[in-house]
Amino acid sequence: MKKLKYALFTGCTAKQSTPEQMMSTMAVADKLGIELVELTEASCCGASHLQDYDDFLSLVLNARNIAYAEKHELTMVTICNTCQLNTAMTKQRLDNNEELKAKVNEKLAEVGLEYKGTSAVTHFLYAIIDDFGLDRLKEMVVTPLSQFNIAPFYGCHNIRPSELQNETHKTAENPYNPTSLDDLIIACGGESVDYDEKNKCCGFHVELQAPHTAAVLTGNAIAGAMDGNADWMVTPCPLCHLKLDTQTAHASEAIGREVELPVLHMQQMLGLALGCTPAELGLNHHLAKVDFI
Amino acid sequence: MSTEHKITTQKVNFKVFRFNADEDYLPYYENYDMEVTSEEVVLDILNRIKWDHDGSFSYRRSCRHGICGACAIKVNGRSTLACKESMNDMVALFGKELVIEPLSIKRAVKDMVIDKADFWEKHDAITPYLVAEIDENPTTENLVSPKDAQKLDEADLCIQCGACHYACPVVEINEDFFGPAAFAAAYRFEADVRDNSESRLKDVNEERQGVWDCVKCFECAQVCPKDIDPIGKITKLHQMAFQEGVANNNVAVRHAVGFKKSIVKNGVLDEGGLVLYSEGPAIVKHLPVAFKMFTKGKIVPPWGITKSENLDEIQKLVKSSSTAKF
Repeated sequence: MKKLKYALFTGCTAKQSTPEQMMSTMAVADKLGIELVELTEASCCGASHLQDYDDFLSLVLNARNIAYAEKHELTMVTICNTCQLNTAMTKQRLDNNEELKAKVNEKLAEVGLEYKGTSAVTHFLYAIIDDFGLDRLKEMVVTPLSQFNIAPFYGCHNIRPSELQNETHKTAENPYNPTSLDDLIIACGGESVDYDEKNKCCGFHVELQAPHTAAVLTGNAIAGAMDGNADWMVTPCPLCHLKLDTQTAHASEAIGREVELPVLHMQQMLGLALGCTPAELGLNHHLAKVDFI
Repeated sequence: MSTEHKITTQKVNFKVFRFNADEDYLPYYENYDMEVTSEEVVLDILNRIKWDHDGSFSYRRSCRHGICGACAIKVNGRSTLACKESMNDMVALFGKELVIEPLSIKRAVKDMVIDKADFWEKHDAITPYLVAEIDENPTTENLVSPKDAQKLDEADLCIQCGACHYACPVVEINEDFFGPAAFAAAYRFEADVRDNSESRLKDVNEERQGVWDCVKCFECAQVCPKDIDPIGKITKLHQMAFQEGVANNNVAVRHAVGFKKSIVKNGVLDEGGLVLYSEGPAIVKHLPVAFKMFTKGKIVPPWGITKSENLDEIQKLVKSSSTAKF
């Protein structure tokens, strides 16, 4: 099989508050034999906030990021749900609106770039499921996670709106009953935990302006996983990870119950199953205790 | 003649929420096994429960054409218009065990019937009508051009079924929050060229009740049976606040603006800098968590940030492509 190669849009979090996510992404890609070309020229995607202030600027910046993936003639792979949403939404709007695309390209031309619409944009989770294949992954598992009940936490921006999501990845996902992350857990040998909050919001985007709302949502998510008898949680989104891993004190206070579970990035879970060491996966960078290894 | 269209039947188990606020201490679920045909919609099932099994079963229905908004309920947690949703699609999505519940369990009055008072109060609160000086004896027609009508972006198609309102996680936590349906209604009038309201846009920009408390989960866009995309309207209300100069200088607004400041400087985000700019002196409340994050190598100081390559391009684009001011 041809070696998989992608243009990696790391997003900002992987380089700052979740360094373990960057480490584990590279470690897992290496194990799987996936080549990632980092888009070092990329800017922040605006994190679903910039467009509230300046929609056109947000479009231009995201189009520029995709244009760099196009220069490499590669599919862009994201490792953050919100980067995925902003980038894919930009692509959808530009690919379906010639007038808007021309306006954006007029700006990009000032810096010698052009958005063509030739590169697909997908999240690393779906790159593994759609392109690499779970059967192939299963064959490569050296340390099955068979003793663990693992609660998948999907993150909104990978599953909604499904009209957009199902354009970007081949495996159709039902936002009310998503299965991709469950399938990944099972492929790694683990037991996936079913609980009501797995497809719900973590509250990250109102952390500053509505801390109580944010804390309740985080608390409900962890509590749901705990009540489902989970040993730990796993998420493909570093923003969800930040909430679930670093905000447990606020979350516990908000819902009146002590909540805490180890929370792993999807890449860290994969890495454990593929035989990476905890150090390679940056498991020492978590606030919530990772005490099961 | 082609006979390709075949009506099929399959056995489905329905677990139906039952509750009578006048008699029951707690709600319970009743099981019904039924042969369901591929032609039926969810409302047909509700009718059959009432007509064939239990005449006391209660639900709202009227038009049966997806226009009155009365019959919105939840199937397996998904808000849906009972009259519009095909049983085949429901089985394809969730399998042959379906849970039928009212839009909001805590607001249940009798079975599927809920008290929608909070929905209507929120709707009333956003001035859901045109505010305009109307000449009682006009000499010409008051026309809206097709181009101007397009600005409503189909927000006027809302049937006020409440599906998005009761799917919104913020509505469940913060009782002051207007909710996606009210925001879509607010946008419908704000986008209308005839409207002159001076208070509506300010009202939907207030903290706690307004658009800035939206968590961006896209639940509302996902459930809307009329494809109104309420979160898209929320985004437009955000943008209008800047365009009309009514964006308040508060943490939420600075948080949105802060991204641009960071991008100009680094291309990428300066996470700590964004929080500092957004919160101002109130950043002290984040220090305990920030300290813990620092000890785990999760805080990069401003001087340690790896800036985007070709930052000059980004800066040039920000300069030439910016359309908003704060």
